[in-house]
Amino acid sequence: MLRIPCPCCGPRDHDEFRYGGDASVPRPAPDDPDPEAWHAYVYRRQNPKGAHREYWQHVLGCRQWLVVERDTVSHRIGSVVMAREWQA
Amino acid sequence: MRNSAFNILRQGLTGNRGWPRTWRDRTPNRRYDVVIVGGGGHGLATAYYLARRHGLRNIAVLEKGHIGGGNVGRNTTVIRSNYLLPPNTQFYEHSMQLWEGLSQELNYNVMFSQRGQIVTAHSEDQLDSFAHRANVMRANGIEAEILDRAQLRRVLPYLDWSDRQRFPIWGAILQRRAGTARHDAVAWGYARAADRLGVDIIENCEVTGIRLEAGRVTGLDTTRGEIAADRVGLTVAGHTTQLCHMAGITDLPIESHVLQAFVTEPVKPLVHHVVAYGADHFYISQSDKGGLVFGGSLDGYNSFASRGNLGIVREVAEAAIALMPCIAPLRLLRHWGGIMDMTPDASPIISRTPVEGLYLNGGWCYGGFKATPASGVCFAHLLATGEDHPLAAGYRLDRFRTGHLIDEAGAGPFAWLQ
Amino acid sequence: MTRLSQGGRIDRSRMLRFTFDGRTLTGHPGDTVASALLANGIRLVGRSFKYHRPRGILSAGAEEPSALVTRITGDLREPNLPATMLDLAEGIVIESQNRWPSLSFDLQAVNGLLAPFLGAGFYYKTFMGPTRGAWKVYEHFIRKAAGLGRASEAAAWEAAPVRSDFADLAVIGSGPAGLAAALAAGAAGARVMVIEQDAVPGGRLLDCPEASVEAAWRRAALDRLAGMPSVRVMTRTTAFGLYDGNFLGLAVRDDASGIGALVQLHAQRILHAGGALEQPLVFPGNDRPGVMLAGAARRYLTQFGVLAGRRVLVHSCTDHAWQTAFDLADAGAAVVIADQRPMPAALAIAAGSRGIRVIDQARITATRGRSAIRAARVESPTGTEWIACDLLCTSAGWSPALHLTSHLGTRPIWLPELNAFVPGPLPPDQAAAGAVTGALTTGAAIAQAAEAVRALGFAAEAPALPDLPEEPHALTAPVQTTGRGKAFVDLQMDVALSDIALARREGFEAVELLKRYTTTGMGTDQGKTSNLAALRAMADRRGIAPAEAGTTVFRPPFTPVNIGTLAGRALGQHYKPIRHSPMHDWHLANGAEMIEVGLWIRPWFYRAAGPDAGAAYIAEMKTVRQAAGLMDISTLGKIEITGPDGATLLDRVYANGFAKLPVGRARYGVMLRDDGIVMDDGTTSRLTDERWFMTTSTARAAEVLSRLEFLLDTAWRDLRVAVTSVTDEWAAMSIAGPQAQAILTRALPDLDLSEAALPQMGVLQATWRGSPLRILRISYSGEWACELHVGARAGEALWRHLLETGAPLLRPYGVEALGALRVEKGHVAGPEIDGRTTLADLGMGRMVAKRNAYAGHVLSRRPALTAPDRLQLVGLDCLEPDKRLRGGALIYGPGQPESGHGQGRVTSVTFSPELGRYIALALFAGGMAAEGQEVATVHHIRGERVRARIVSPHFLDPEGERMKG
Ligand SMILES: Cc1cc2nc3c(=O)[nH]c(=O)nc-3n(C[C@H](O)[C@H](O)[C@H](O)COP(=O)(O)OP(=O)(O)OC[C@H]3O[C@@H](n4cnc5c(N)ncnc54)[C@H](O)[C@@H]3O)c2cc1C
Ligand SMILES: [Zn+2]
Repeated sequence: MLRIPCPCCGPRDHDEFRYGGDASVPRPAPDDPDPEAWHAYVYRRQNPKGAHREYWQHVLGCRQWLVVERDTVSHRIGSVVMAREWQA
Repeated sequence: MRNSAFNILRQGLTGNRGWPRTWRDRTPNRRYDVVIVGGGGHGLATAYYLARRHGLRNIAVLEKGHIGGGNVGRNTTVIRSNYLLPPNTQFYEHSMQLWEGLSQELNYNVMFSQRGQIVTAHSEDQLDSFAHRANVMRANGIEAEILDRAQLRRVLPYLDWSDRQRFPIWGAILQRRAGTARHDAVAWGYARAADRLGVDIIENCEVTGIRLEAGRVTGLDTTRGEIAADRVGLTVAGHTTQLCHMAGITDLPIESHVLQAFVTEPVKPLVHHVVAYGADHFYISQSDKGGLVFGGSLDGYNSFASRGNLGIVREVAEAAIALMPCIAPLRLLRHWGGIMDMTPDASPIISRTPVEGLYLNGGWCYGGFKATPASGVCFAHLLATGEDHPLAAGYRLDRFRTGHLIDEAGAGPFAWLQ
Repeated sequence: MTRLSQGGRIDRSRMLRFTFDGRTLTGHPGDTVASALLANGIRLVGRSFKYHRPRGILSAGAEEPSALVTRITGDLREPNLPATMLDLAEGIVIESQNRWPSLSFDLQAVNGLLAPFLGAGFYYKTFMGPTRGAWKVYEHFIRKAAGLGRASEAAAWEAAPVRSDFADLAVIGSGPAGLAAALAAGAAGARVMVIEQDAVPGGRLLDCPEASVEAAWRRAALDRLAGMPSVRVMTRTTAFGLYDGNFLGLAVRDDASGIGALVQLHAQRILHAGGALEQPLVFPGNDRPGVMLAGAARRYLTQFGVLAGRRVLVHSCTDHAWQTAFDLADAGAAVVIADQRPMPAALAIAAGSRGIRVIDQARITATRGRSAIRAARVESPTGTEWIACDLLCTSAGWSPALHLTSHLGTRPIWLPELNAFVPGPLPPDQAAAGAVTGALTTGAAIAQAAEAVRALGFAAEAPALPDLPEEPHALTAPVQTTGRGKAFVDLQMDVALSDIALARREGFEAVELLKRYTTTGMGTDQGKTSNLAALRAMADRRGIAPAEAGTTVFRPPFTPVNIGTLAGRALGQHYKPIRHSPMHDWHLANGAEMIEVGLWIRPWFYRAAGPDAGAAYIAEMKTVRQAAGLMDISTLGKIEITGPDGATLLDRVYANGFAKLPVGRARYGVMLRDDGIVMDDGTTSRLTDERWFMTTSTARAAEVLSRLEFLLDTAWRDLRVAVTSVTDEWAAMSIAGPQAQAILTRALPDLDLSEAALPQMGVLQATWRGSPLRILRISYSGEWACELHVGARAGEALWRHLLETGAPLLRPYGVEALGALRVEKGHVAGPEIDGRTTLADLGMGRMVAKRNAYAGHVLSRRPALTAPDRLQLVGLDCLEPDKRLRGGALIYGPGQPESGHGQGRVTSVTFSPELGRYIALALFAGGMAAEGQEVATVHHIRGERVRARIVSPHFLDPEGERMKG
């Protein structure tokens, strides 16, 4: 179990969370008509071996979506911020 | 020396001293016509078919560790051809047909065991969707059966048929030709056969860079020196994106995730088929040694660490005894993980890339072992001719842009995120 | 009898009876099955995996490769348990394994004669003919021969306890290092958990006689720990795995019930003090019953009062083995020491004083004895002789039990002076102490432990070191000998030196290849007594140092764990949570046949309508179409949306427009995934200017909520909206049918339910008996219908009230009828929204023709998603009155060959009592462009071919007249 320090609830086991994947790909504006932009958002991934910024939602807690910095090899967790407050 | 009962007897009587190396220990040449990166099942099969079917000889397979140390040696070895969508249906059936003659073709017993695969159904809708799948299979010349509850109960009496079953069993789909094979033997068998055709199998040789000139591949940097080649095929499974990064391709539709596998202590024969639980993520078979080999769902977050998490261990154990309470007293002997190259539609990629001379075979997700022979055939065809093999034309990289998705589960892009 | 008249930490005042292969035997509390078998003079305990050679008891611990037995408790059969780890209990039934017809006479022992042909990997080289299918036949017999114990098909397991626990420091192992660490950290006030797999704490201290200084220190340490409230010592508990996040999986044995418990321990810090495993020497015939690890023989003596042999030969390359020789001699055995090393002078004197004969620079090159060892051939510079013995103690040194240190990826490193691997550099929150690091004396272990605890950040003081006697602990690298007969490296998997030589010849030299090709270390003991020997054998043959060869990766679990323990309480009905609607009890009490729908249990049909689903759903449909029906729809996902920008949110997430939805009205909406595929449908009502009530499908409720939250938290942070799940706050029911309006009006006389007050898609808010009530004029069945959402607590009361008011016309109906009613109306559901269909595929393309900027719109326009030949929704009329349509059948157009993938498939089927025939929804290439065409629906599996016509999916009342009432 990973331990994710939720900014609202404190450290919790990761099975309280829902994973939301790569947080580094910005979502195009709702009216962005560019298929390339949407293709990139939906399909393309850096998939780094190492530091990865990713979304997790604390579904069994505060239900906030968080941006978590995690190493994909060591699984060590660095910074955790609320997605609402995160500056890309 | 050929593998045969006769040679086993002769060697047995003379101290087994005459068996040669299974594949030669080669140091790399300066240049090859084709270099395959990754000595897993797909890479070795590709090299073998390049030599066997296309007559190429100056081929190397570069493996960073030892042969078979990747997913080919970690997987749960389920082989089936019960796919719903074109081109999967025909591709996997072709693979199945290759499996049926593989031991003889390679002169190496890969222990392909067609014991049948059964997936349980837990609602009428699920039975209908299994019927659809079975109908597609039949209509494509692939045998398939639908079992009702009573029929299934006769075949698998040890499932939970009691009213304690949380998700009562309505029936099942059965493919009798499905089964398992001995994973290591597949890697070793292809390596041995490719080696006999002159392919250089080079272990402990990690590719660290891909050399490009004017958008073309010219060679590779490796831990055993520079190797020139103008055709390079990548078959590195969970490390596909890392290798592509070396060629400047940084945005593949692939994420790496860990899938765990589990084996119990060996017991006398108990599970005679491959059985999958239709209500959740769990499937199981029994190896010839007697261990129950089983698996479940992905660990659930991007990972390059080939180890699993306790949470999934528990979930899989829960699903296991929900379906088969009788295995609760049996003991888990070992569990491990492999790094999966997951694509958004959970179907593979056999494709040219934006870099000329660089070809990609990856995105096999949790289902690439069964594909090994056909993948080798199709990728060898692409590398040798520059043209898509007709069976694999649907596996091109551009399908995400055009929308020609092959989403068997209908789960949507990177559904494991949800 | 080998039990001495005194000594050992067993309770001699009580006698326990047990059976082994049908023989009734006795032992004492404190015994293990292994010690009790030895006490009864039994040495032949099992048969080996491949050659079925007789095997005895090698060890006294979890590393046991040979003495595996099956325990039978009532219906519960547990195969492959090491007798060394099984507490003796009154009446337990133990069986030996892997033998037929009996343990002493096993027919498959003929495999031993064929051994030259059954070397490593022989099966890869044969069994390939005469035909391609021949393997199936061979495999049948191979499978029967393989496997160890026999499992039962019966479900006899019970729910296992599971808990989570927390500790500042987890100490793995209760030997001198573990106890010292616990003392130090405990004194500093830390929450400490000491984890010990044995029944008694103490580790190697248990090998020391009760009168020794070591034993006294152990007793004192345990006394002190017992007085520390923050320290817990868990025995019979195995730390089986270390997982990311510093989670330790602990399995707690319960030998009374057989059902072990699981503890998930989250440890801030971990001290590895699991000791080292003594290794056996490799020599021809080293597998006979009576060959035992030297430390184990000492353990049986001091812990259990069992003298495992009267004529003992000790063969070793370590000082520690001499202590065994001395203790056994002191207990009355005749002992000979054959050491591989030149004479260790100091020890030789101690041996001489006990009358022990010592042969130095000795090698064993053969042994004798069928079902137990009788003699060994010892070669030394002074000559070769057969030495008679009934116990052969061996020791090749120690292999640290570093398994858990490597579970998270730390690679072991080679320690030359130990001739073994020790843990590599550990992360800052872990440390190791004692024999696991190669510190082989009690004093060193204690000193090191205190140091490690300090390094982990605890304010621990150095412990007072006891005044320990000198502990000789020198050792050299063991020598493996070959000769006539197999020299086993792995006793359980029957891997011999000859197999390693073959693997080398065939190129399987890398440790992982060696393991896989020969199966060394793949047994239930995971190679605890074989991996190092195999590695050494390969390194010797390759002429390299073992360090260069590296070691295989250790995988959890450290020792095997019951699957049932891992599953914990999730047994049977407890596998997944069960969700009930507020009207659940009413359904049960009123003849509902229930059915699982996801996590929910819902009424399938009511037995009053018919004896089975097939009969009942038609009757229930008729009730709805001709009178009125009441359906429990509490399972719908319900989301409350509030805030000034709610309309914008809805307008973006639904494909069809919601911006202009007026207060007091509801609208049907469809959501797409970002890739343009339909995700879910439902309705949303606008309650006030800034408040909406959304319903989702039962199946997708959680996903939809999460998606809304995701979009608001990540991409659309500027929108001032809050979303909340209210699924469980509301009981929901749908009343439908030509009489529904009249019944509802009578039932709720205070409300104005006229067409003017509550038009189609109108929303009415009220209070019913003090609970909030929302009435939405929404129809799924196509009849005049309303959804009533009422505060959950009032759900059953309203349900009863409606049925009472509406009796006898109004009747409840279940999901089977609901599914059929929607087919008559051409409403899509799960079988059509299958994750591959677009809006246009489902006949709803027009809904969004003029819209942009909704989620999924751009990618839904990709070429392949807009191709004209896509599978699209159509209706099917069955053209053959005596036949029926079936879900999952393929559809072939006129003149098309009936093979391949077909041009479509039948998705949902029902008999329509109104139309008097089978009808279906289907997905067909090109969709309604083929209206009027006759097609064949073929169910290849059933061998059925049924003609049908492509028609509009709106079978009944396409103009929607009935909804108007
Ligand atoms: C637990 C688990 C269960 C599975 N179960 C099944 C199943 O039941 N049925 C099924 O069909 N499939 C299954 N799979 C999937 C299947 O194992 C894979 O899809 C398939 O093996 C991948 O192809 P491969 O054999 O070529 O990969 P691999 O064996 O992983 O080969 C890739 C090789 O590339 C090498 N490599 C990586 N980077 C470099 C580099 N820089 N230089 C040189 N070499 C490099 C690696 O060392 C590795 O040996 C499972 C997978 C796992 C992990
Ligand atoms: Zn939280």
